[in-house]
Amino acid sequence: MTLEILAPYVIGLCLLFGAVFMLIGSIALLRFKDTMTRLHGPTKASTLGVGALLFGSMLYSEVFGAGWSIHEILIIAFLFVTAPIAANFLAKVAIHKGTCETPPKPSSDTTWATLKAPEDDSDGAQAKQG
Amino acid sequence: MSLAREFMDMAIFLAFIIVGLAQVLAMIRLVIGPGTVDRILALDTMVINAIGLIVLLGVSQGTRIYFEVTLIFAMFGFVSTVAYARYVLRGDIIE
Repeated sequence: MTLEILAPYVIGLCLLFGAVFMLIGSIALLRFKDTMTRLHGPTKASTLGVGALLFGSMLYSEVFGAGWSIHEILIIAFLFVTAPIAANFLAKVAIHKGTCETPPKPSSDTTWATLKAPEDDSDGAQAKQG
Repeated sequence: MSLAREFMDMAIFLAFIIVGLAQVLAMIRLVIGPGTVDRILALDTMVINAIGLIVLLGVSQGTRIYFEVTLIFAMFGFVSTVAYARYVLRGDIIE
């Protein structure tokens, strides 16, 4: 009984929290000045924003629907795993295109891997070596 | 009881408006973005916001039918972001 009275407030607060975090991520995407700083904003929307929305949805389906549903945890896990990979790819693109300041050179290697000129791995080059 | 229900309905309505506003802001960055990275990032953010909108739709209709849509949309967004990034980096998607 208490659960049914309290749950709608918790669900509503979760949904509002997630939505506000998504708005914060988009404002950060629009307002920040540099490409690398812009990369930092929407990651909050993709982890905390979607996480809170899906938590609210999970509570909703437990209280008003048919029991706990595992789908939301799957979606949260997938987003948590893939968001850093996508951000890493975008940072590599930013370094590669020179839209940001090139970071200082690594100590062990000559230059960053994404800035290295590609080695010629066509058939002709292999035939020349062999 | 009905007060709690009213609060939740109002929260769902407000959340729809806020996430829709976030989607519009991301679209502005998609249009004005000076570089390729900004455009790819704006598309990625728009996919995330669309996932939020679909989740809100599922809550407001009280159905669980949209979760598969959400999962597929998340995978689609990730794969498209990586494909764009790889196309810029390597000039090819699958080598």
